[in-house]
Amino acid sequence: MSDQYSKDQEFLLPASSTFIALSMFVALLLNWLPWQGLWLALRPDFAALVLLYWCTHKPHRIGIGIAFAVGILADVADSSIFGQHALSYSVLAFGGILLHRRIQMLDVREQPLQVFPLLLISYAVFASVHWLTRGSLSWEFFLGTLTSALLWIPMSILLQTMRRSRSDPNEL
Amino acid sequence: MDSTQTFRVFNRGPSPVVRLLFFALLSLLLLFMDVRYRHLESIRNILALPVQPLQRLATTLTIGPGMLWDQLSGYLDTQGNLARENMQLRQQQSVYATQLLQLQILQAENSQLRKLHDVSQHAEFPMQMAEIAYLERDIFKRKVYVDKGSQKNVVTGQVVMDETGVVGQVTRVYPWLSEVTLITDKDHAVPIQVLRTGLRAVVFGSGNISNLELRYMPISADIQVGDVLVTSGIDGTYPPSLLVAKVIKIERGPASPFAKILCAPLAGVDQQRQLMIISGMHKLPELPTAEMQATATKSKQSKRSTQ
Repeated sequence: MSDQYSKDQEFLLPASSTFIALSMFVALLLNWLPWQGLWLALRPDFAALVLLYWCTHKPHRIGIGIAFAVGILADVADSSIFGQHALSYSVLAFGGILLHRRIQMLDVREQPLQVFPLLLISYAVFASVHWLTRGSLSWEFFLGTLTSALLWIPMSILLQTMRRSRSDPNEL
Repeated sequence: MDSTQTFRVFNRGPSPVVRLLFFALLSLLLLFMDVRYRHLESIRNILALPVQPLQRLATTLTIGPGMLWDQLSGYLDTQGNLARENMQLRQQQSVYATQLLQLQILQAENSQLRKLHDVSQHAEFPMQMAEIAYLERDIFKRKVYVDKGSQKNVVTGQVVMDETGVVGQVTRVYPWLSEVTLITDKDHAVPIQVLRTGLRAVVFGSGNISNLELRYMPISADIQVGDVLVTSGIDGTYPPSLLVAKVIKIERGPASPFAKILCAPLAGVDQQRQLMIISGMHKLPELPTAEMQATATKSKQSKRSTQ
């Protein structure tokens, strides 16, 4: 499996900017579905995951600046304080860039263990900003890190297959 | 990490650490400005223009099929059901019509009496209907967005209710949408009066969807389970005598000087789709300057004492 994965990686299409933008857009739309109650607590942060995927796989193109911009959009959408999502996504992107070699080296089944602490830190940044401004905290908020880390496997496989060249090499 | 960075063939701009510091400082600055001064509302409005239609799109895509199914099954409803329902509605309407007639007579009488006693008139509160566009997805908050904004003269501070009682308050206005903070949002305060005794108090949201709290009520306060709380209207924001909540539980512990009183909101705070925004603020007469200063210092003191 590990060999297969790294072999496939050599034949990946160069990720076009439109593909990256489109994946970010779809992730934001998924975040904006009308989640409620317990589902809201369990909702994985799709935007953070896709951002982290691109930060670890294309660290020289998707960096902290883009994470900041996506965070500002999320702030407007959720009407949270300006900079709350932006700060947590910037920290997440920094973690992704810092660990990108390690994560790329590992098998996709082992990656969630590396991703989980990064997500936890970024969620903690978000929660601490909330705690400093409003003075209250609900712990079920952190359930989202678990579901996000679990979603990492299907999401990275999906993006990986979409980046693979469609043409059959035996066709010629 | 350092050993790989000492030899750099390609210029990639500033290192990730520098970038993180820059953007973290930028977001902290934004946070500070937003919390402290609220100067960023115009930027937020501009950015909201492309974002909010997308959010509504996401909501309609999810709720859409269900609504379509409802419409289809409604279309296929049997004629007998419709006729029965129609009859019921007719009966109800005739009952309401007589009640309304009485109400009009009472209103006329009331205004005449008020004129006789030289009491200022109760203002009429014009209202407009609004529909919930989408819900807030922040787990820490209880907010909804309704589809009327500053284009329809909605202003912050207006009260939002359904047909049974107060649902919330408009806290932020965009051109085509406005944000409504529900009364169950944590620490959201509504000044109320107990209908049975006339006791004034302030009811706070608990952050839980089905609960409100009456804080700082002395143990000896005359409140019973089942008491109805209505808005008092003395704050100048909420119109008077709108239903708010009902007392469901009272704990008078020996350790605390205050009774712990839990209330349930009477309006379907999380069930309605159609809401009413009450326009027309309650206008209070201007306070005389000397008195105003006195009350200002008093309110400061009282704030300190409650904190």
